[in-house]
Amino acid sequence: MSDATSLGRLPKVARPASPSALSNALVFGWRAVLKFKHVPEQLFDLVMTPIMFTLLFTFVFGGALAGSPAEYLQFFLPGILVQTVVFNAVYSGMGLSTDLGKGLFDRFRSLPIWSLSPFAGLMVGDILRHLIAASIILTIGLILGYRPEAGFFGVLAAFALLIAIGFGVGWIFIVLGLLIRTPMTVMTIGFTFIFPLVFASNIMVDPATMPDWLRAFVDVNPVSLMTTALRGLMGGGATLGQVALALIAPVALTAILAPTTLWLYLRR
Amino acid sequence: MNDFSPARNPIALAEIAPAISARGLVKTFGEVRAVDGIDLDVPRGMIFAILGPNGAGKTTLMRMLATLSRPDAGSATVMGHDIVQAPHEVRAAIAMTGQFASLDEDLTGRENLVLLARLWGFRGRAAKSRANDLLAAFGLSEAATRQVKDYSGGMRRRLDIAASLIITPGVLFLDEPTTGLDPNARKDVWGMIRGLADSGVTILLTTQYLEEADQLAARIAVIDHGRKIAEGTSRELKAATGSGFLHVAIADPARLDEAAGILERRLQHPVQRSTEGAQLSVMAGAAKAANEALAELVASGIDLSDFSMGQPSLDEVFFALTGQPGSADSHEDARI
Repeated sequence: MSDATSLGRLPKVARPASPSALSNALVFGWRAVLKFKHVPEQLFDLVMTPIMFTLLFTFVFGGALAGSPAEYLQFFLPGILVQTVVFNAVYSGMGLSTDLGKGLFDRFRSLPIWSLSPFAGLMVGDILRHLIAASIILTIGLILGYRPEAGFFGVLAAFALLIAIGFGVGWIFIVLGLLIRTPMTVMTIGFTFIFPLVFASNIMVDPATMPDWLRAFVDVNPVSLMTTALRGLMGGGATLGQVALALIAPVALTAILAPTTLWLYLRR
Repeated sequence: MNDFSPARNPIALAEIAPAISARGLVKTFGEVRAVDGIDLDVPRGMIFAILGPNGAGKTTLMRMLATLSRPDAGSATVMGHDIVQAPHEVRAAIAMTGQFASLDEDLTGRENLVLLARLWGFRGRAAKSRANDLLAAFGLSEAATRQVKDYSGGMRRRLDIAASLIITPGVLFLDEPTTGLDPNARKDVWGMIRGLADSGVTILLTTQYLEEADQLAARIAVIDHGRKIAEGTSRELKAATGSGFLHVAIADPARLDEAAGILERRLQHPVQRSTEGAQLSVMAGAAKAANEALAELVASGIDLSDFSMGQPSLDEVFFALTGQPGSADSHEDARI
């Protein structure tokens, strides 16, 4: 033992005033930021797949799909942003499942704090992750020649929509994280649902060439609705209706799953 | 004078209420009654141990008292607050160190403590200063900037307990505080627990180590299959089991079975075998009966390397109460 324990050296402190719910949530947000510092490789995981997708689809398939790689990139980039945010949500579900398995949440739950603040903190972390990942992808897109016709404010609006999407989809994985003990299972189940939604959408190609039965699905797929709105916001010409359709799924998910999360968490 | 009696003054009642008072607590998981009607009274300032084998319901009981799990029946107060009606007040008065280190492994030791200090309401510099005080008191100053995943088991445990002392709690719950620690680290944690109790903290700890309960706790509740099967001081539990215990060590381990048979027949009590070495323990009652049993062993040509009469160890108490030996580790401890 290098230096021995001596509780005698521990000064007594007065109990501070009870912190507000917002303050609790921000502390958990700070925890998420610390994670970026200590586990920067998680960011690498988050952006590598979308970067590879961008390069692969643009340069290998792009010419065949849209006439030229440059033209395809213009079509594809908003879609890959949606894909990035949706995939990233899976990782936060895994993180939650890991935390719960280690008993860390037991400590949080035994504290006199706002019950939902750990989740609010997770959401803060998720939103930061989405923003960082989306910024990296957009930067690479700009380097490769992508140009958002709607300009700076179009991109800003698009990022706001991405955050709403990430917030909504995030609840799915928080609920999965609460229900499932092993992080790997959260990932497997997550991707089982996410893959068909992402690939049977209008992210990669225009659904015009798809068979009717598939197109019927693709047209109502929430991922397609999100992608359409994001394309509109970044490329100009987005309608209020498109944005409203894109927000249906995030709003519905939040309305249903936020109370579910609270219920699952408190009855554990 | 009667106006100040606790019964008429609810605030005074909360101040003098026992640290823990539980009546008929029940928790079921499907078909299993993990905790099956337990009463518990822990006065303030005491180290109280809940002793039992794996799966006895110790952790479930503790989780209910710490408001992590709702009881299916029964009621309890902690520091005068009802665990179901007023969980927030209970949480403000307790701290819990779970069985598995409840720390963020990716963060440094200091960041873990600052995080918790902020959650308790310390701001900026005050949070950092509290974290540094705790690190110093627990001998972790040098490791403050290292990530917890690089800590040894003993360091983790110390940080985990430090994390429960951001605010000096009324009741500290420790779920198997020394499980998985080497003997040095275990002694270290014991010293810490005694130090906390000296400063007035009530401590409820669960353990499967009989030695640990014996060493630390003023009172012990023995729990098996979700029920409390005995409670008292270590001395009382031993006295209740009977005082005249005969311990013998057999020179030739090959004849252990034979010797056990003789003792069991002679003394009419089950014989407990030590997990290592050729040792047998059995309740003998009167010294005369023990003498006769020893004489028969010698007459059968079984050489004894050692024998003694004395108080039962907590091992033997546990065996007598539950019909199963304590955990293997506790046998080693009992030898120290």
